[in-house]
Amino acid sequence: MNPPMFGARHKRNEDPRLLTGQAQFVDDVRLPDALHVAFKRSDYAHARLLNVEVAAARAMPGVVAVYTAADLGEFWQPSPLLVPPPPTQHIVFNGRTAGQLARDKVRFVGEPVVMIVATSRYVAEDAAELVEIDYAPLPAVVDLEAALDPGAPLVHEDVGSNMAAHVIQRKGDYTAAQAEAAVTIRRRFLYDRGTAAPMEGRGVVAQWDALARHLTVWDSTQAPIPIRNGLARMLGLSERQVRVVAPFVGGGFGPKIMMFYPEETLVPWAAMQLNRPVKWIEDRLENFVAMTHERGQVHDSEIALTADGLILGVKDVFLHDTGAYDPYGLTVPLNTQCTLLGPYVIPHYYTEFKAVFTNKTIVTPYRGAGRQHGVFVIERLLDLAARELGLDVAEIRRRNLIPPDAFPYNNGIIFQDFTTLTYDSGNYAPVLDKTLAMIGWDRFEQEEGPRLRAGGQKVGIGLVMYVEGTGIGPYEGARIQIEPSGKVTVVTGVGTQGQGHYTVFAQIAAEVLGVALADVFVSTGDTGQFNWGTGTFASRGAVVAGSAVHEAALLVRAKAIKLAAEALETDEANVELVGGYAQVRGVATARVSLAELAGRANPLRGAVRPGTEPGLEATAYFGPPMGATAMGAHAMIVAVDPETYNLKIHKYVAVHDCGRVINPLLVEGQVQGGIAQGIGNAFYEQLIYDESGQLLNASFMDYLLPTAGDVPHIDIGHEETPSPLNPLGVKGAGEAGAIPVGPLFAQALEYALADTGIEICEIPLSPSRLWELVEAARAAGVGPANP
Amino acid sequence: MTDREITLTVNGREYTRTTEPRLLLSDFLRHDLGLTGTHVGCEHGVCGACTVLLDGVAVRACLTFAVQAHGHAVGTVEGLASDPADLHPLQQAFWESHGLQCGFCTPGFLMTLIPFLDENPDPTEDEIRAALSGNLCRCTGYQNIVEAVRLAAARRRLDVRVGA
Repeated sequence: MNPPMFGARHKRNEDPRLLTGQAQFVDDVRLPDALHVAFKRSDYAHARLLNVEVAAARAMPGVVAVYTAADLGEFWQPSPLLVPPPPTQHIVFNGRTAGQLARDKVRFVGEPVVMIVATSRYVAEDAAELVEIDYAPLPAVVDLEAALDPGAPLVHEDVGSNMAAHVIQRKGDYTAAQAEAAVTIRRRFLYDRGTAAPMEGRGVVAQWDALARHLTVWDSTQAPIPIRNGLARMLGLSERQVRVVAPFVGGGFGPKIMMFYPEETLVPWAAMQLNRPVKWIEDRLENFVAMTHERGQVHDSEIALTADGLILGVKDVFLHDTGAYDPYGLTVPLNTQCTLLGPYVIPHYYTEFKAVFTNKTIVTPYRGAGRQHGVFVIERLLDLAARELGLDVAEIRRRNLIPPDAFPYNNGIIFQDFTTLTYDSGNYAPVLDKTLAMIGWDRFEQEEGPRLRAGGQKVGIGLVMYVEGTGIGPYEGARIQIEPSGKVTVVTGVGTQGQGHYTVFAQIAAEVLGVALADVFVSTGDTGQFNWGTGTFASRGAVVAGSAVHEAALLVRAKAIKLAAEALETDEANVELVGGYAQVRGVATARVSLAELAGRANPLRGAVRPGTEPGLEATAYFGPPMGATAMGAHAMIVAVDPETYNLKIHKYVAVHDCGRVINPLLVEGQVQGGIAQGIGNAFYEQLIYDESGQLLNASFMDYLLPTAGDVPHIDIGHEETPSPLNPLGVKGAGEAGAIPVGPLFAQALEYALADTGIEICEIPLSPSRLWELVEAARAAGVGPANP
Repeated sequence: MTDREITLTVNGREYTRTTEPRLLLSDFLRHDLGLTGTHVGCEHGVCGACTVLLDGVAVRACLTFAVQAHGHAVGTVEGLASDPADLHPLQQAFWESHGLQCGFCTPGFLMTLIPFLDENPDPTEDEIRAALSGNLCRCTGYQNIVEAVRLAAARRRLDVRVGA
């Protein structure tokens, strides 16, 4: 018997290298004679560039090259539009992308203006200090609503307004449904900006081999293959002349898939110009302003319900802050529109957004990628409706859940992958039940809550639910080979940023091929190893690339069994793969090793039958017809310090259904880490811009990431509803933890502070913001609310 | 300022190098000595990824100049285990507890915890979390790091009792 692979808590193959400091990150690539880059970036959010004076910088000893936009010549070009809008009618979309270095005008603080290449980063930064830029400041576009006022300053004059996009989607007839409603709730909801803050910033190292005419680029990217393809095109090279390696990447979370960042094209270009290796490593200040952000939205929302609390319809009209450019198209606001529907039956839905250009850092997906906002709106609306109707927050959700016999469930609107949003499978009530049981809902309501509150504690409980579209196409691929050593290599094109792909892909292959986990070597993120693929985003690695690994493993298994059947003189149906051997089923003595078979499959002499491919190797691709829908529920018990408004989370429960689980140890890690980011988003992290478009808190001293003292122990429960869309039955898990935390905080904190009557319609919160809300409620004479 | 010659030991080995006074210890370790296991996450002393030992005390290598380490002993993650197949018990506990995901912050956590466990062989969860609070991890949510510290501490106490 082979040891269990699928579903087992295997520790990770990649960890020993990471633990001993021997894993290579981009900044660990050390090349002889390398040059180092610093950028002079815009200090203004919005200004005309009158003059850029670089003579003093060029003259500094150690400086090898200084480039402005004018120096780039024909290489200067706006970045390609990464994600076009969906091919549907009635969509307004104004795509504007940035050139590598600003010319004529700067549009956000941190936009690169000058590139300096020097013998060390220290010298390059010294030289950047000598660059003199003459700006004519323009009024900055910061506020989303003011941006659309007639007469507002324009981020892109040629667009004629600051509207980047306008999209309306409809399901049913909300207006008619609302006319029948017993209760309609209307509110404005705010969700402000944050940053992904991977512990490793971005980084690019490029080496041009002029004799071989070959370019190698190490890039901390989530999408090495598209980067390779685009670089080849932009640099006038064949794709086979460019190798992009995403080595170990120190966290991605979305922003490391923004093709193309200016630095990503400039560094390889400079390496070719100068014929020397060139390295740029982003520092933290740069990361705050120049790596993409997420999350600024303003929603005007309403929900219409029957007297029994059944949802008749939802109307949601929102503004989405896309920042100074919109290379990632409509992915984030489309996710918002779609994810708002949640696990609920919403017969009528009107959703409209305008994406708005502002003089702020570009917005692209960050873990959750717009899903948070939609979940915040629907969950808050349900909470407010429950209060209005005198229903329990769990009960109003239960009444509206999509029933298990309704799948596949067509929501009738367009998702970010341009397919009609359809939930593949689900069974939601057991997730709700398990969450309530694990948090101890009844015990809290009946005993614990009243006792703690009687003792003066401001303590509350909360419960939220969500769905998450995961595992979207178009496709990924994998190549698997059994080597003559008997060891197995798995090669795929997706990049990895800590998810554990080296282990889960090995588990999938090991199970099919009957080998030990440690005997499977996985290569990801190296275009020299695999030629096709898109990248790691939308919680799709395990679903899409994992399924491709499975398909390739099955093909290799068939080849091995065919050869083994000949060697063992038996039928193929009689052969099984166990412990690195092919053997006659149940007869451990009649066997041949996979190593031996790999040798036989690649003979050095003799005739090979026509149609035979050498080696025990196969390549397979997998593309799902649409995304797989994961879902879950979170609950927590939290106490608020009445003096400081600091929080103490007494208990946090997450119950999660991501289909079949390949490795529970890793899925739990993903959920825990996602929740930690969700907690940061809900209560600690907010990018603060002033009216001139300056980011005021661009450091870890001022922008607070949650620490070990802020993130509680999290209890995780699993439900498994397999996806019918892939052979493994898996759904994505990477983003789930981060998605529902905001509304959970809002609900539980309203409960804890029920005596003040506050209503929380915004994220992020903070101790001082909670205090402000309480004071505002007091001043307005709001009475206590029923928790 | 003129360059200075400095002599220091790193993981028990003595190095003499000529260096700019403004060179950070983190850059010195990574670029001059090639010890790239020490990572740089923020360069303003908050994230803790660059934590190394200076005469046995955990310090931020990004807030220390290389010249300040002249005459002192520096310990980095490379000193904990000479081979990925022969992990330090703390590294082993991180592995078994899934205490790392992207692994970028991990060397800093390990170097923070080495002196902590020397001084606190039987820490409570609150003490562990306080000890970790100067290191940022964006992937794990800390829970499995806390578990790893507990596991390492428990094994270490067991070893001490059996005299291993």
